[in-house]
Amino acid sequence: MNLFADALAWLFSPDRLQGQYALPVLLGQHLLYTVISVAVAAAIALPAGWLIGHTGKGREIAVAISGAARAVPSFGLLVLLVLLLGVLRTPLAAVITFVLLAIPSLLAGAYTGFEAIDRRTVDAARAVGMTEWQIFTKVELPLGMPLLVGGIRSALLQVIATVTIAAYVNLGGLGWPIIQGIPLRRFDQVLAGALLVAVLALIVDLLLAIAQRAVVPAGIRSARPASDSGRRRGSHRAASAAA
Amino acid sequence: MINARKSRLALAVGVAVAATLALAGCGSSNPLDEPTGSAGGDAGGDTVVVGSQAYFSNEIVAEIYAQALENDGFTVERKFNVGQRDAYMPEVESGAIDLFPEYTGNLLEYLDKDATATSPDDVYAALQKALPDGLTALDYAQASDQDTYTVTKKFADENGLTSIADLSKLTTKPVLGGAPELEQRPYGPAGAKDVYGVDLDFSATGESTLESLLAGQVQVADIYTAAPAFKTEDIVALKDPKNMILASNIVPIASSDLADKIAEVIDPISAALSAEDLVDMNVQSTVDQASAKDIAAKWLKDKGLI
Repeated sequence: MNLFADALAWLFSPDRLQGQYALPVLLGQHLLYTVISVAVAAAIALPAGWLIGHTGKGREIAVAISGAARAVPSFGLLVLLVLLLGVLRTPLAAVITFVLLAIPSLLAGAYTGFEAIDRRTVDAARAVGMTEWQIFTKVELPLGMPLLVGGIRSALLQVIATVTIAAYVNLGGLGWPIIQGIPLRRFDQVLAGALLVAVLALIVDLLLAIAQRAVVPAGIRSARPASDSGRRRGSHRAASAAA
Repeated sequence: MINARKSRLALAVGVAVAATLALAGCGSSNPLDEPTGSAGGDAGGDTVVVGSQAYFSNEIVAEIYAQALENDGFTVERKFNVGQRDAYMPEVESGAIDLFPEYTGNLLEYLDKDATATSPDDVYAALQKALPDGLTALDYAQASDQDTYTVTKKFADENGLTSIADLSKLTTKPVLGGAPELEQRPYGPAGAKDVYGVDLDFSATGESTLESLLAGQVQVADIYTAAPAFKTEDIVALKDPKNMILASNIVPIASSDLADKIAEVIDPISAALSAEDLVDMNVQSTVDQASAKDIAAKWLKDKGLI
């Protein structure tokens, strides 16, 4: 109980609300980098993923690139970029690192969301005379939402956990207590910092789990008495797989 | 949908996780504590195990010790680049390493978080008291690797800065750059305010402190006294007449049972190792890319110790 209690004492001490490393400030910095990075990654990955999912082409390349991007060690990349871009462009280096980290999950969320949709639904939409754009916005997007939110959830979690390293290059964030606490050998501080990141991640995960439920289109949400139309069962499977 | 069985399972898992977390805290406050008192190392015969940190400058000094001991007839086993203090202190304490170049102030900080000594002699005396029983500190050298408040020569000339107190002359609040822990050290911004009445902002520039200073991102930077930058760049350390900054001189830490034998060889080295010598050797290492072996041999010959 020793170290744990010390960590909580550190966390709730009034000093935590003062100075340039006050906890609210660190939290704000942490969330800022997370949100900006995931937003930029989404702007890149979502259109690409939707295109792949809609046309069915380019999947192998996407999987290969995602796989390679996942293997890049973020810490090494961050330090490398700071060295290359110079100390005055550290925020840019950090955002690039986190964007690269977030892209694979978002890309996967986008195209698997579309792939999970029953082809017959899409065919039916085409047969009814919808244009490609209408199919995309009215059929594929809503039905692909749960898996997309799943991808966003996964990306957000990875980025939140990784933004801890931003403190190493002087960008603040919840990693600061850890980065400072280790050389000072104040392990209550280190544990408290780790707990903060963990709690933030859990909260965000919970919120997004709720969002993932909420985003299932009303028409396929409720457990219908299983009328044996394969189409409906297919869509229901996709939705419950995502839930 | 979540059914009763799944929710019971989730509850059980949640309780298990919470229990694990709570129990995890049931250790000492220092998770890096090593059990001390493991069997002593090979202090038999004339073999001396010399170790060094994972720091090129430290390796050069260790190599100097090693070559001097070999010259005197000892058999030397080198264990260089062992890592940071948390990694190698247990080895030194257990006797697996017999001789190690250290830094008085930083080692004192590590052994005794609440130490208040700052002048070279006080720090050395406090260190001798703080060292565990199996270890002895031999004489310390003039050469040091301690913190400074450094500014660019241009900035110093423009604002008439020679000592830390002069920083209060500046019209805009200067930013101090350094390692993250500097913010909490007694010679950090809080110390500067207490001792010299200087107000400083802090920026945790860490590894890129020198770069930040040269780029103008920070006005004052904590550049260590042994840094090659003092020879290769136009920077100047501000004077610290009130000894706010913790002195950190090079000191050989030896296993107590070998200390007397080793001291005969090592004390003359410490007496001859000046601050300027250390910076020069660091420049040879980083700029000329000379090996520790060559640098050490050259220094020992130049000083007539070999």
